[in-house]
Amino acid sequence: MSKTLKKLYVSLIFLFMYAPIVVLAIYSFNDSKFRTAQWKGFTFKWYERLFENDQMLGALQTTLYIAFVSAVIATIIGTLAAIGIHNMSKRTKGVVMAVTNLPVLNPDIVTGIALMLLYVFVGIPLGRTSLLLSHITFNIPYVIISVLPKLGQLNKNMYEAALDLGASPAYAYRKIILPEILPGIITGFLFAVTLSIDDFVISFFTSRTENLSIYIYNAVSKKYDPSINALSTLMFAVIFILLVIVNKRSVKHEEN
Amino acid sequence: MRKTLSAYPYLVWAVLFIVVPLLLVAYYGFTVEQADGTVAFSLENFRDFFTSEIYLQALWRSIWMAAVATAICLLLGYPVAYYLSGNLFKNKGLLVLLLVIPMWMNLLLRTYAWLILLDTKGIFNALLGFIGLGPFEFLYGTHSIIFGMVYNFLPFMILPIHSVLVKMDHSLVEAAQDLGAPPTRVFFKVTFPLSLPGVFSGISMVFMPAVTTFAISDILSGRKIQLMGNVIENQFLRADNWNYGSTMSLILMVLILITMFISSKYDKGNEGGGLL
Repeated sequence: MSKTLKKLYVSLIFLFMYAPIVVLAIYSFNDSKFRTAQWKGFTFKWYERLFENDQMLGALQTTLYIAFVSAVIATIIGTLAAIGIHNMSKRTKGVVMAVTNLPVLNPDIVTGIALMLLYVFVGIPLGRTSLLLSHITFNIPYVIISVLPKLGQLNKNMYEAALDLGASPAYAYRKIILPEILPGIITGFLFAVTLSIDDFVISFFTSRTENLSIYIYNAVSKKYDPSINALSTLMFAVIFILLVIVNKRSVKHEEN
Repeated sequence: MRKTLSAYPYLVWAVLFIVVPLLLVAYYGFTVEQADGTVAFSLENFRDFFTSEIYLQALWRSIWMAAVATAICLLLGYPVAYYLSGNLFKNKGLLVLLLVIPMWMNLLLRTYAWLILLDTKGIFNALLGFIGLGPFEFLYGTHSIIFGMVYNFLPFMILPIHSVLVKMDHSLVEAAQDLGAPPTRVFFKVTFPLSLPGVFSGISMVFMPAVTTFAISDILSGRKIQLMGNVIENQFLRADNWNYGSTMSLILMVLILITMFISSKYDKGNEGGGLL
């Protein structure tokens, strides 16, 4: 196959990946209430509607709150857990990691249902609290998985050298181990934020309070609403810009 | 003993929020509520499931639709991974990033986006109308669900294969070429076998979310076609039969764990395919 054909093929796949997103963005400016291809003129109306929509703004606020708080708590519990797990005997470690991997491997729908049964059984109302608890639960394993390899790469002698030179264990941890595993902790935290924002299935089963995903699901299943197009365009633009910036920064980092 | 102390808060959390909930699913799955309100151990739900034509059909439908979507992803995705790992493009890093970006967008929105394109009054039909064809009903069928699965999970196939191909030892390919093997033979005897770990992790990363989805089928079939995910969702949110829903969740979980087990056998030494 010639080079041009290969390039054409890859371009077609990229077209396939991006066509719906681009079309959605274009039609978020279309002055029509119906889901048709017909262009009825340019408007910002759907964006204005979006910012007057209290239900959507509430859902957005819930999503951001849950993402941040669950990621912070999961990062703290997860990092401490990784340090402890790292020091465990091989057998205990195996058992703990098997349990830790369960939420990662299990289908989201099973995790969601299992947590819902727990909340109903214990009597926690399905709302913001249960949503937060669920998100912490599925975030912790990803923090542990991000931090553990960094602990494995540590040079044990450094920590012992610090102790020999008179540092207290807590001081040595803070000054020697923490800086070494920090990249893993940050990766874990970012992982947690993203997973939390992206989650739909587990939130859907464990909360009656709408976050953005649940709001979108309910809105999409109802009748056509062009302000959903505006919402997705905004979300996509934010993610796109963030990722490009992060990527540029990490490329610069590597060059230096 | 003291050195493991910091893991204790997590251990308590894991027991409460990972172990206990799954035990609850098992409890509901293996019990039925009797007419007098008491709960009794029973395999009745399992028997019902495996003798019910509707539910077995939903299970079978989920498996084959996910399998077809996985196969299409492999066929479409392998060449992309292959070309992006070679020196066909100058800005490969950017192209890989462009593949990752849609994955960070909400799955519901990505799926929803296709409604505008595929609607009977949508853009595809408008374009076909120009050349005198259609309108066709692209949505609300089996094919539209498979289409949605392929669209949503294609990057999960491309990225693990790509990361294996990039790390591959290219001197092996050169050796084969030096020894006079033609390009197709080099590919099938050297490159493809070496990329198998990536292929297997790609397969499991596409198959698993596809077989358990309920949002894609809800949106693209207008709740007409039921997959396992939809059936389970129904038991919990509409039919309110938690015992039966739990039984089906257990069956789905076993199905996934078997898939995982098989793919991990072939996937040694490749940790998750390096998604990030």
